[in-house]
Amino acid sequence: MTAHERQWNLNGTHRVPYWVYTDRSIYDREMKDVFPRSWNYVGLEAEIPNPGDFKRTNVGETSVIVVRGKEGEINVLKNQCAHRGLEVCRQDYGTTRAFQCPYHQWTYRLDGDLTGVPFIKGVGGHGGMPDDFDRKDHGLTKLKVATRHGAIFATEAETIEPLEDYLGEKMLKLFDRVFNGKPLRIVGVSRQRIPANWKLMFENIKDPYHASLLHVFLVTFGLFRADNPSRTEMDKTGRHSALVSQRSTNPLTANAATQEMASFKEKLELHDKRLLDIVKEFPDPATVVMQTIWPNLIVQQQANTLATRQIVPAGPDAFDLNWTFFGYADDDEAMRARRLRHANLMGPAGFVSLDDSEVMDLAQRGIHVDAERAAVVEMGGRGSEDHDHIVTETAIRAFYGYYREVMGL
Amino acid sequence: MSDPILEIQALYTRYADLIDEGPLAEWPTLFTEDAIFKIVTRENVDRGWALALMSCDSRAAIEDRAYAIENLSMTIPRRYRHLISGIAAAPRGADKWNATANFAVFETIEGQPTAAFAAGRYKDVIVRENGTLRFKEKISITDAASIKNSLVFPL
Repeated sequence: MTAHERQWNLNGTHRVPYWVYTDRSIYDREMKDVFPRSWNYVGLEAEIPNPGDFKRTNVGETSVIVVRGKEGEINVLKNQCAHRGLEVCRQDYGTTRAFQCPYHQWTYRLDGDLTGVPFIKGVGGHGGMPDDFDRKDHGLTKLKVATRHGAIFATEAETIEPLEDYLGEKMLKLFDRVFNGKPLRIVGVSRQRIPANWKLMFENIKDPYHASLLHVFLVTFGLFRADNPSRTEMDKTGRHSALVSQRSTNPLTANAATQEMASFKEKLELHDKRLLDIVKEFPDPATVVMQTIWPNLIVQQQANTLATRQIVPAGPDAFDLNWTFFGYADDDEAMRARRLRHANLMGPAGFVSLDDSEVMDLAQRGIHVDAERAAVVEMGGRGSEDHDHIVTETAIRAFYGYYREVMGL
Repeated sequence: MSDPILEIQALYTRYADLIDEGPLAEWPTLFTEDAIFKIVTRENVDRGWALALMSCDSRAAIEDRAYAIENLSMTIPRRYRHLISGIAAAPRGADKWNATANFAVFETIEGQPTAAFAAGRYKDVIVRENGTLRFKEKISITDAASIKNSLVFPL
């Protein structure tokens, strides 16, 4: 069945048809209408601090090179030789003076311009490119780039609003809370291939209902719990969202909220308590802010672990999740050690996020049982307004409101 | 005294057995009290980044990890199988060795065929403590930057 034949037969988004996670034609349309037309997160400036430093990553499925140019500017180039289409960059990261295709050695500058074409004038009067061949017409395709306090975004869109307007006032404020202009320091990267549709990752972060139930660690140690002071917010389009919460000051006491949490373990104590020796580092009282930025970024602040998570779709049934953990350049030794310990909560082996990658695997398998059914997304009502609590799926409903618009569903 | 390399081999065998066959709760006893246990990717090592997939800087933290795996995490049932080969040990003073070895880990998720999960290299420090060999440092370096979904058990 093709995408235009699919009908979302419902006013509202409190039901989400399972075929949005399985249907190849839906996926193909997402690759055209969602990723290329949005601001995509591609990395942090601190990953490529010096001219010539580059990383290979993706915008949607498209392979791109993010490279710092000679003048310190950031270029995002499609990883495709203008000659025969080969990937010119074969490394995940590195430092270089130019990109050279191995096949016929066409050579590109750090800004993507074509500088070298072997035998361009021929050899001994034979061959050569036609007289009207102009290297200026054959560079690597350049994407539009925007940066905000050390975070890099790129888009293939010819016309798009500035990044700040794209984020909107409310989301920009939360984004600037972590990306506050202080120089960043990379702690490291983790990567995992999750066997689930990319949207399930977004929904996971937009769904605080599960966090109070699935994650024993969060619940037991009060890091994120239904009875904590919290809020769930969206931008005006519904495409971005944030869960903001404050750690329970009385983490180990059973109460009305924990009674319904099968996973709550009142007696649990850590042998090494430094795993949760949280230090307040932001001016507001929030201890966790999980932000989702359409279409591929999660900004995580939980305890003293800060990270971006980049979503790279890989077919309807899989995506890569690229985590970049970071701190600030002025972190002292104690904070550096603390961020490393707190990183145990997150990533492919995270005390918290391990539950999520397992659940997403189960979700994708279960969805395939009958893709004609639909998810019930009614916790906290059927609307998609902001809530001053986290017993809600409102951010998922808001996300699909915008998704339906973009996809024409 | 017996040849230390045989004792070191026995320590690695026990390490694999306690993860693959259990009981995992006894796995932390293979470490000294101040032990460091980390699983890192070669990418982070090469880029000079300290991030680890699992990072423990005490036996207490290793015990927390072992407890969490069995009691706190929601995981699809699975088994790991460690193949450890090429164990080499260089003495570093009395009762202390720098040890290296290669590892390959296969994963069998319930209902699925066995699949290669990870391969890499151990860079460890082993000490004799009250007559027993233990890991003072255990650094598992994975060749791949990417993990196939979830990393549940130690490598």
